[in-house]
Amino acid sequence: MCGAKAGGPSTEGVTLDNESVVQGTVTRGGEPVAGAYVRLLDGGGEFTAEVPTSATGQFRFYAAPGRWTLRTLAPSSAAVDRSVVAAKGSVVEVAVSLD
Amino acid sequence: MSHSDVLVDADWVESHLDDDKVVLVEVDEDTAAYDKNHIKGAVRLDWKKDLQDPVRRDFVNKDQFESLLSERGIANDDTVVLYGGNNNWFAAYAYWYFKLYGHGDVKLLDGGRKKWELDSRELVDGAVQRASTSYTASEQDKSIRAFRDEIEAAIGQQNLVDVRSPDEFAGRLAAPAHLPQEQAQRNGHIPTAKNIPWSQTANDDGTFKSDDELKKLYEDKGVDFSRDTIAYCRIGERSSHTWFVLHELLGQPNVKNYDGSWTEWGSLVGVPIELGDQA
Repeated sequence: MCGAKAGGPSTEGVTLDNESVVQGTVTRGGEPVAGAYVRLLDGGGEFTAEVPTSATGQFRFYAAPGRWTLRTLAPSSAAVDRSVVAAKGSVVEVAVSLD
Repeated sequence: MSHSDVLVDADWVESHLDDDKVVLVEVDEDTAAYDKNHIKGAVRLDWKKDLQDPVRRDFVNKDQFESLLSERGIANDDTVVLYGGNNNWFAAYAYWYFKLYGHGDVKLLDGGRKKWELDSRELVDGAVQRASTSYTASEQDKSIRAFRDEIEAAIGQQNLVDVRSPDEFAGRLAAPAHLPQEQAQRNGHIPTAKNIPWSQTANDDGTFKSDDELKKLYEDKGVDFSRDTIAYCRIGERSSHTWFVLHELLGQPNVKNYDGSWTEWGSLVGVPIELGDQA
């Protein structure tokens, strides 16, 4: 559990210098959505990973540098796609808002 | 073999929630998911703590598997229905594992935990303790488990199916992207392997595609169904998912899961490795 800290789960113990992190939060009407499924699709639209959001609506991926799509699925919501560019040694924050 | 022998949907599970001879078993990568909530009556199996030897890299032996299932209250004549997170990766791994030790009636819940959640079906909390049994396992069925020496011999001879994502296959990632990428092993894939990601066998909600779509998928990617097949991934769980598709849904004979997978192959000295995308 990551409490109220922004971004995904704790990166304690992970050296971020060589990671290309994509993380963020999923909200609906400004409230965090726990248990939504966020999937990371590569430049060709292929599935690369998927995580459920935390109790505070957060998620995190360790991607590779390049362009990715985040697709978010949640009960009673249409899937939402967001495009994002990851870079080595940096953390990209994405706010996903559901209808 | 018909599908209902190996794969059931959520409606089937809901209609068997009070059937004592149907045992629901949740298997997750995130083993805390069960503590939060689970399907009513489900017991938990921890894919690492329960199913793997604590010291050597191998599975628990026959005696340990017997003790485990006896303690969880699973009998030889029970119908075991497996489900879990990550689109059933670890549930499929447990399915293959139950088959390895000869359990008769095992099924997967189509779509696993995700589909159940997206349907807003009921989940409950609280641990489940079933009355203990005295379970008897068979010796491991090695016809469904591949080891590293067979892999080297299979290069160019059998279908090698690498079910990881294209970025892992090409060597740009060392693990699925929800995990940190620092790894000891070399990146890449086994020469002659076809990259057919497990995800292409499933819909977004985690349910399997139709048999016709699945068969076409493998044929289009150059899998020769007249040859034997070995599936691998990083640690053997996603390739269990593909083993399930090829062996259980499509009824292909001679399909093995290489559970050593990339974390073994990428660490071996002197074995061939290729980099780059699928040609």
